Amino acid sequence: MNTNTLSRTKELNIASQEAFDAHLASRVDLPQWWLDLKKEHWQRFQELPPPHRKDENWRFASLGGLDLDGYSFSETRPEESTADSFVDQSDQIRNRSGRIVFANDHLIRNDAIASELAELGVIWMPIEQAVREHGDLLRRHFMAQPIKLGSEKFSALHGAFCSAGTFLHVPKGVEIEAPLVASHWTASDGVAVFPHTLLIADEQSKVTLVDYFSAQNSSARNYICGVNDLYAGPGAKVTYISAQDWGRQSLAFHLNSTQAFKDAFITSLNVNTGGRQARTESHSQVMGEGAHTEMQSLTVATGKQEFDQRTLQTHFKGHSVSDLLYKNALFDDSRTIFSGLIKVEEDAQQTDAYQTNRNLLLSTSAEANALPGLEILANDVKCSHGATSGQIDDNQLYYLKARGISDKVAKELLVFGFFEDVLGKLKNEEIAENLRTVIREHVSRIP
Amino acid sequence: MSTTNTPELDIKTDIGDFVYPEKHKYDAGIGLSEDTINYMCEVKDEPDWIREFRMKALQTFRAKPLPTNWASKDLEAIDFDKIRYYLAGDQKPSRSWDEVPDDVKATFERLGIPENERKFLAGVEAQFDSEAAYSNIKEIAAKQGVIFVGSTEGLKEHPEIFRKWFGKVIPTGDNKFSALNSAVFSGGSFIYVPPGVKVSHPLQAYFRINAQNFGQFERTLIIADEGSEVTYMEGCTAPKFDTATLHSAVVELVALKGAKIQYITVQNWSDNVFNLVTKRGLAEEDAEIRWIDCNIGSRLTMKYPGVILKGRRARGEVLSIALANDGQHQDTGAKMIHAADETSSNIISKSISVGQGRATYRGLVNMPKHLKGCKNNTECDALLINTNSRTDTYPAITTRGDHNSVQHEASVSKVSADQIFYMQQRGMTEGQAMSLAVNGFINDLAQHFPMEYSVELKRLIDLEMEGSVG
Repeated sequence: MNTNTLSRTKELNIASQEAFDAHLASRVDLPQWWLDLKKEHWQRFQELPPPHRKDENWRFASLGGLDLDGYSFSETRPEESTADSFVDQSDQIRNRSGRIVFANDHLIRNDAIASELAELGVIWMPIEQAVREHGDLLRRHFMAQPIKLGSEKFSALHGAFCSAGTFLHVPKGVEIEAPLVASHWTASDGVAVFPHTLLIADEQSKVTLVDYFSAQNSSARNYICGVNDLYAGPGAKVTYISAQDWGRQSLAFHLNSTQAFKDAFITSLNVNTGGRQARTESHSQVMGEGAHTEMQSLTVATGKQEFDQRTLQTHFKGHSVSDLLYKNALFDDSRTIFSGLIKVEEDAQQTDAYQTNRNLLLSTSAEANALPGLEILANDVKCSHGATSGQIDDNQLYYLKARGISDKVAKELLVFGFFEDVLGKLKNEEIAENLRTVIREHVSRIP
Repeated sequence: MSTTNTPELDIKTDIGDFVYPEKHKYDAGIGLSEDTINYMCEVKDEPDWIREFRMKALQTFRAKPLPTNWASKDLEAIDFDKIRYYLAGDQKPSRSWDEVPDDVKATFERLGIPENERKFLAGVEAQFDSEAAYSNIKEIAAKQGVIFVGSTEGLKEHPEIFRKWFGKVIPTGDNKFSALNSAVFSGGSFIYVPPGVKVSHPLQAYFRINAQNFGQFERTLIIADEGSEVTYMEGCTAPKFDTATLHSAVVELVALKGAKIQYITVQNWSDNVFNLVTKRGLAEEDAEIRWIDCNIGSRLTMKYPGVILKGRRARGEVLSIALANDGQHQDTGAKMIHAADETSSNIISKSISVGQGRATYRGLVNMPKHLKGCKNNTECDALLINTNSRTDTYPAITTRGDHNSVQHEASVSKVSADQIFYMQQRGMTEGQAMSLAVNGFINDLAQHFPMEYSVELKRLIDLEMEGSVG
């Protein structure tokens, strides 16, 4: 990186008007509606108050580290050699239908989908290309779902700066077997990125999308504010997987909303290992009868990391199922906050909604917070939530050690076992194996 | 959809309504100011440190905002300027049953305690409005050295014990309503159980509100000295009035080493009462505190009995039953603060929402990092009777430390149509069937109640459920 960009980086704080003006100026060739939308979001970002201690959505969260000073948007593309190395590393899933790679929010690789899929009407492209080519469809769905879990302000900032990300539209009845893979990288310290994922699966379609979020090195300091919205039309089957491994000094937000229409089936799995403070907000909305949503999350928390997980399962229609399972393994001085709410609206009779949070404490100074909530306005429902926090079972550890396995390895095995009941259920074995590797690398790094 | 709709329950809300004319000797007027406190202190002839305590609490009360950021907005309906903060009956606390005025006796009669049953009660501290109506300690208990008096009497006659623990478990500034209570408290019980004494009979007090716009601010302090055991029972029922009344009690329990305290409440205020209560116990080493809390009445109840597990191997327990009918919001729960190794806590909460009633569970469990071997178990079950009934659950659990474990489980369900059908086949009305099903739902908890209370509880549930059909 040359000195010129370095000095610019320092000047244009992401929350400053100059930064936004510069961002907008670099995109004047995009359609006016898109630029107007950005301005609206920027306006809203400025109006909304920062998170407050008394806000229930921020209970137990650290508010000290949310400052946006020192982060800036990168207007220059990373150097070719750096970009190439990221593309080479973005090869976790070989059997794929397409791949798009970004670094510092700049497109560095676009492996288009096969022509047969394109002929069936499948659209898979970077978001700014979709702004030009599929304006109407994008406009109807882009950030159209409500943000309700506390990060309204950050979501508005995302809307203002969003330029990288993927747009996927699967038309009626089309089934895509091999997953589509998007990879987002941060390439230099201090850079802010705003990865976006928009997936629209029409009636009776089927698709798997994987997002990888990675940093140039494990100690990278970045600001990340990603949004991903999923729409599963009637009878559609959507699988969404994300693996987050941002740098250890990063502040990351991932705001996820899904809408499941009649008889749709959505599975989402987030694997979290990175960031200094990483907050995920997942809002699952059951819009039609017969819909089924699964929300899963696996987190390895080490060092002084804080993982803040807020979830909301809203059932607008009955005869539907939502099932949430969040598992956290906590090492060292790490903290996790799980705050979940199941909301069953008045007419959503015959709803089954479940919410489970399991915290495995592997250190005496780790801290697990659980706020599992229910708000039930219909009577003919089956709802339950459970939250447990505990240590590794001494008997299990003893059993393994009695067979000559060292303490460290035995503990690792038990942690893998803790996560395996989720990974083992993934239908795509290549993805499951890659996620196992991600988790294994993080766990074995612990002394 | 028709199969999923339960018919509206037509419940006779006037059951249990009764009003007796009252005469009040001391009346501090309406509204709260320094004058109110000065007046109270003079009438009650209280020491200066109490006056200072009250004045300070008034400042805290004024400074604290209503907790509407997390609690019900209904709190805003309380008009603090239209409440009577102090009122005392004509009678002095009386010792024997004969001295109790007839109209008060009539009220107890209506509450359904047969006279002969009262004999079995170790001592009865019944509060009629703010001042203790009568207080009767059975000879044996008195011989054992047990002090069981009204809180006013306690602070005057036993200042050395009273002052040591008063306001120590629940500081004035704990919340807005504990501050309010600290400013204007009157009535309530003071109990001291000497070391090693096991009080064989439960100590019992009945409270009633019987004056319009009049809030009650009882202050109860129970101290169980080393190795002692005591059970305290508190029950209340109130007539119905047109304007909202406020009830804001503070109850502090202190269980010293190896002591056991069981505190039982059956709350059945009329559905215009705001019942905002702070209850907390402090359990020293090997001590055990158990709250049995049953909420049936009131417009809005906010009550989260807590235990601070301060000594090693201390145990805390909250068993809670809530029934929310039309226009009611039972916002109840529990707090368990683990502050020593190997402490354990158990919370079992069952709630029933009828009609448009809303039942909320709020819980807090905290295990800090320097502790080891702590355990918590929480179970919350909610039963929804009608299609528009509502239930919420908001627990907050923080776990750190070594070999601490927490488990929380909650479920929501309705009375199954099959069960109702089965019982109706055997000749029961739908109302009876529903009542039986609800009683079955809470049966395993009700078993922990002393006999007369579980009978009373069953009667109250029958009353709430029965007018449901026809």
